Amino acid sequence: MELILSSSHLLSWLIFIPLIGAALMFITPGEENQRRLAFVVTTFNALLSLKLWNGFDASTAALQFGERFSWIPSLNIEYALGVDGISLLLVMLTTFIMPLCVLGSWTYITKRVKEFMICLLVMETAMVGVFCALDFVLFYVLWEMMLIPMYLLIGVWGGPRKKYASIKFFLYTLAGSVMLLVAIIALYLWNGQHTWYIPDLMSQPYSMTFQVWVFMAFFLAFAIKVPMFPFHTWLPAAHVEAPGAGSVILASVLLKMGTYGFLRFCLPITPDATLAIGPYMLWLSIAGILYGGFTALAQSDMKKLIAYSSVGHMGFVTLGIFVLNQSGIEGAIIQMVNHGITTGALFLMIGMIYERTHSREIKDHSGLAYNLPIFVTFITIFSLSSLAFPATNSFIGEFLILAGGFSHNKIIAGAAIPGAILAAAYMLRLLQYVLFKGEGRPDISDLNFRETMTLVPLLIFVFWIGLSPEPFMNVMHTSVEFLLAQVNSSQAVAALALP
Amino acid sequence: MEITAPTIINSSILLWALLIPLVGALGVFSFGKDSPNFREGSSIIAAVGLFLTIFSMKETVLAGNMYQWQMFDILPGLSLTLRADAFSMIFALIASGLWIAAAFYSMGYMRGLHEHAQTRFNTCFALAIFGAIGVAFSDNLFTMYLFYEFVSISTYPLVAHHQDEEAYEGAKKYIVYLTTTAKGLLLPAMILIYVITGTLDFPTNIYEGMLGADVESWLVIMLFIFCLFGFAKNGVMPFHHWLPGAMVAPTPVSALLHAVAVVKVGVFCTSRAFLYIFGVDLMTKLNLGIPTAYFVGFTIVMASVIALTKDNLKARLAYSTVSQLSYIILGVCLLTPNGMAGGLIHIANHAFSKITLFFCAGAIYVATHKKYISEMSGLGRTMPWTFGAFAVASLSMIGAPPVAGFVTKWKLLVGTIESGALGIIFILLASTLLNVGYFAPVTYKAFFGKRPEGEVDAGVKEAPLSMVIPLCVACAISVYIGIQPDFFMDFVKAVIG
Repeated sequence: MELILSSSHLLSWLIFIPLIGAALMFITPGEENQRRLAFVVTTFNALLSLKLWNGFDASTAALQFGERFSWIPSLNIEYALGVDGISLLLVMLTTFIMPLCVLGSWTYITKRVKEFMICLLVMETAMVGVFCALDFVLFYVLWEMMLIPMYLLIGVWGGPRKKYASIKFFLYTLAGSVMLLVAIIALYLWNGQHTWYIPDLMSQPYSMTFQVWVFMAFFLAFAIKVPMFPFHTWLPAAHVEAPGAGSVILASVLLKMGTYGFLRFCLPITPDATLAIGPYMLWLSIAGILYGGFTALAQSDMKKLIAYSSVGHMGFVTLGIFVLNQSGIEGAIIQMVNHGITTGALFLMIGMIYERTHSREIKDHSGLAYNLPIFVTFITIFSLSSLAFPATNSFIGEFLILAGGFSHNKIIAGAAIPGAILAAAYMLRLLQYVLFKGEGRPDISDLNFRETMTLVPLLIFVFWIGLSPEPFMNVMHTSVEFLLAQVNSSQAVAALALP
Repeated sequence: MEITAPTIINSSILLWALLIPLVGALGVFSFGKDSPNFREGSSIIAAVGLFLTIFSMKETVLAGNMYQWQMFDILPGLSLTLRADAFSMIFALIASGLWIAAAFYSMGYMRGLHEHAQTRFNTCFALAIFGAIGVAFSDNLFTMYLFYEFVSISTYPLVAHHQDEEAYEGAKKYIVYLTTTAKGLLLPAMILIYVITGTLDFPTNIYEGMLGADVESWLVIMLFIFCLFGFAKNGVMPFHHWLPGAMVAPTPVSALLHAVAVVKVGVFCTSRAFLYIFGVDLMTKLNLGIPTAYFVGFTIVMASVIALTKDNLKARLAYSTVSQLSYIILGVCLLTPNGMAGGLIHIANHAFSKITLFFCAGAIYVATHKKYISEMSGLGRTMPWTFGAFAVASLSMIGAPPVAGFVTKWKLLVGTIESGALGIIFILLASTLLNVGYFAPVTYKAFFGKRPEGEVDAGVKEAPLSMVIPLCVACAISVYIGIQPDFFMDFVKAVIG
């Protein structure tokens, strides 16, 4: 996999600007100024990432905006960065969601504002870094770096059961990380290749046994992150206790790390294991889709409902990845973005309403249509997007994933269909309460200008991707083709080597 | 059969037509509580504007042209595109024309009963029409699916309008049936068709279909079944329960939506799918027509039998609707020119007659607060216009000349003979007798029955004019298209070729 070097160091800027912002936070006095600083830094980063979008060459599968320096020469550790059509959209998603997280926690967070904003900014550095890192050590450092601010976000600013939730989150993710580390070291040591540089590790003639072990280790790390059934139990706890912005980051970006990991590492590094284990992954995805759907249907807490819906939606993403065809993988990538937008918006909205009522129970928020017309308009649209209503973003993702699924195996795709029905059921149930039942809440006010402006950008993307996804799809075609070629050609190499 | 391909006219008129009900909904919403007259005014103006716009396309379409307008190109072979061909025009003209009548009628009904949340009601009403027009004008399965789902969502608040336990129960059943079948059957059918053919665009005639000859027949049959049951708005048993459940809605909703817009969206989509996705040729080749005709024949007879047992007038009308909708599908499935004509023309015939019947039911309720047929004895003498219209419209349901339903029955019988499936004749015969069985007593009791002991006639008079006039107009049209069926028949002929 080729790396096109760039002298602009754009990716480094995108990674380090938030960190610089976090450093400036220490010398910024006043809570209001600290909020403003965080907003300016994240917005600047978002605008800067547009340069990435503009300069991206969709006609090549090569990694672009590359940077590659030796970092710790004695251990062959490098500082290597680059993006391709798979990671580009996720980087953009991260940079765009962060200013909205800052806006969404403007009045939500009233204690330790400085520390909160520092956590957000450090998170951004780590998240952008994870999507760009091309050296496994760098990747692992950044991957672990996300853990601490996230732990703090839940543990310090979380709800009543924050300790339980934050420790559960930490332990689960750490367990996965350890397996990831083992896999990385195994790859480094394999056959004395002694490199951490990820593109070099791809398409090597690893033996089948080795591939299976590495795949399983990767799988554990990423499946916990996604989270795939049955490794999902940390998610609802974390979501429910996390502050609004924390949930948004978790749902919009952190969960994507897992599916990104599958695409970036499992498929190209262990292609034969992927082909062999892939079918089981499909059934695990179906289990997640159905389990998430049924459990969401039974929730009375809005955040839990959305959290379980995430398990279902991410099940669709992993389904798309492991059908191993163009349509499925492209659908999975766009669905990652869609889930980030829609679920992010829903968590932001629940945060907004929580600020007013200090409750997340559905029944406490019935009949809002009478007094909060702006709120219900937004929540209706985002809920419809979440249930993959046609002409919204999620429909495109679900359509492509299922199209990929049906061309791969009609029974597998057919088994996922009840998940689509369940999504409609739990979202419409939520809407029924929020819009209709009950007497309404005359005691609370509708969304203010800041809150509305937080949601408008997400609303634009809901319809933009839903009605004209071409610009978003175009960037990934070549990269996905190349990825599939890697999976399939490597099979031939292995077939030659094995007999 | 040789069919000349229509000339395609790219025109934004389709977009404007589609936007009119949306603008109407916005108008209703923004005038809201503050000025009820402007609020209802926006509905009526939008309805008239919509009808005139669609009517202005009539001649062009009949001359062998087809309007087309692409709104969004989403994925290769998947776009949001509108079309108006003869088939679209049948439904679009009915939905928009009857919206005018229903707008006046619901003004009388809702004000007469001092209903709450009239703004929400009128907004959702206009949105439902927007969805129905979108379905009529859809150029591909995706566009149709989008608007089909939109109709389900936008009519939910109308069914739940009363916001009591019964309303929520009915609305829940409504949305569960409709979205489950749509997501569970239509969505996979649509994706499979996309995977097989690489496109979702409908062809321009009813013969060739979208699926090539090389598609395995089990797959075609499966897709066919998905389409028959997936568009559950068509009321085909066993997915018909939502319709009687939806009768908890205010009567104008039952009238326009559950006799015209929503259920016709169902049969329109089913017919569109049968004739344009599968096509007459493939359906004939795989012999899908006659077995389906027999299958829906069961719905025709069974729903009529159930209707006999209902004392609640709206429930009886609901089951009558379930039965009559299957006439349309039965006609289409006969696959002979006269059979298909009978099916398609019944979209119009049933619409005008059934809306009359529902209008009457609502008028009776507003004037007397009576829902049950057994309580209506002798009311015909105090409400002659309402019950007169009811009598005429029920003749249409029965299929007696000179009312619209006769044209349907005639065509269906000729079509049945053409197809050679003579067993269908017995279904039509049985259904006709059952229709007489559940409609004739209503009229008979109303005019010749005695008022119950102790009931005082004082205060009971005809419903408000804004209700009586629309129902008489709808009734008059039912008679007119029975005597002079050419207006819609021209379109039907253009569809069949």
